[in-house]
Amino acid sequence: MKAAKALVFPVVLIILAEIGARAGGPSDSVAPPSEIFATFLDALRDGSLLAATRDTLISAFAGLLVGAGLGLAVGLALGSIRTLDRLLELALELLRPVPSVAVIPIALVALGFGYSLEIAIVAVACFWPLLILSRAAVRGVEPRLIEVARALRLSPLQETLKIVAPAALPRIFVAFRLAAGVSLVVAVTVEIAVNPQGLGYEAMTAGQALRPALMLAYVAWIGVVGYALNVLLILAQHRLFGQAGRVEAAR
Amino acid sequence: MRALGWRLAGLAVVAALIALWGEIAALKLVSPVFLPTPARVWTALEHGFSQSDLGAKLVGTVSHMLGGWAAASIAGVALGALIGSSKAAREYIAPTLEFLRPLPASAVIPVAIALFGLTPQMALGVIAFGSIWPVLLAATRGFAAIEPRLVEVERVLGLTCWQGVVKISLPSAAPDILAGLRLGLTVSLILAVVCEMIAGLDGLGQWVLLAARAYKSADIFAGVALLGAIGVVANAGLSVVEARALRWRAPSAR
Repeated sequence: MKAAKALVFPVVLIILAEIGARAGGPSDSVAPPSEIFATFLDALRDGSLLAATRDTLISAFAGLLVGAGLGLAVGLALGSIRTLDRLLELALELLRPVPSVAVIPIALVALGFGYSLEIAIVAVACFWPLLILSRAAVRGVEPRLIEVARALRLSPLQETLKIVAPAALPRIFVAFRLAAGVSLVVAVTVEIAVNPQGLGYEAMTAGQALRPALMLAYVAWIGVVGYALNVLLILAQHRLFGQAGRVEAAR
Repeated sequence: MRALGWRLAGLAVVAALIALWGEIAALKLVSPVFLPTPARVWTALEHGFSQSDLGAKLVGTVSHMLGGWAAASIAGVALGALIGSSKAAREYIAPTLEFLRPLPASAVIPVAIALFGLTPQMALGVIAFGSIWPVLLAATRGFAAIEPRLVEVERVLGLTCWQGVVKISLPSAAPDILAGLRLGLTVSLILAVVCEMIAGLDGLGQWVLLAARAYKSADIFAGVALLGAIGVVANAGLSVVEARALRWRAPSAR
């Protein structure tokens, strides 16, 4: 019943779009949903859609791994060493508001077009959420667990690996999930802005070639990929962390 | 006093990092084509403002950002109020919104270009579309989560519908909405830069991309520094607004 109610609105919208687009006649900027779907199947069959999806996902994931890895390392360090955190606070406050896309020209000059450009920008964008949230996660570790570590005379490295990391892990995974969403968004944005490859570029070219059905098929597909990624990560979160993950997700 | 000490230490670290950057650039460990010295960036900033139209680009980016953000915020709060206060609307419309939310805002750029061409209207549409989501979802949540006793108070006092919204619902949803506004502002700056890059609109996005094409690294860094400054100022401004607007809340409730 609930699912049926959720479906009514989009179905009505699609029917209205179909009627509206057909009534308007042939157009260079819009297309009826039925035609978009047919074009989508064509692009799927000739492989161009999958190739573009692969390019986008490679860049997004590689950038995610680099950026999230670095962000996690710095975040853990700042979270556990209070002095370091205070010293770097101002520098990070000044750097963080620089929008990731503003780095595009710098990376463009240094790296040229291609995967490396996109990976670099995605990494910059994914660095910040991991840094901020893993720092907060480490600070949020139950103080009594830290006392246990002290009582057991664990070395700082052991303390981080055996006590802090497992305790902070559910919240760090939430940060990773957010960063994964960011990585796809930024990858597509870089493709639309400058980089000639992947889904974003294909959508731009289709639009410039006055093929609205193909363009809208790509845009819809980008939405589907983003949604699927989100659903997968939420499932993984519940799987891996069960109740702990759910509590964090609700916050 | 202690906090001031740490602040000064932080400042010293920033100065040290800039000095390190200067050393690396001066020793040409990284080619000067990619990495200008801080002094060259400073000269580029001064030169940009006095000889070139960097000031106009700054104004252009800020106005694109604020224009799109304002449109998105007003529409987002209004729609969020409508959807959040009605159970039926929540059941029918909210799932669709949740489905659309992960859609990268930049993905609508090709569609917007097809509809409006490379115009300022296109940029306004894209920025507004992109930055409406955080506000819309936050407002929906805020209006949906109003304490039932407050609604009863509203009934007892015999407030009209409009009074109820302004005096009870809006203040109650304000913390959520302000958080959404802050996220939306970040998104709008990013999209403003992207739109300026693609459509060649007057702004810092166009400035940095043209500088990259001409391999003028000092000009790129000057533009990026200004974009960072916009981000810092916008965030600080919203923090002030937030502190004032939420002053009535008890500190423990925050």
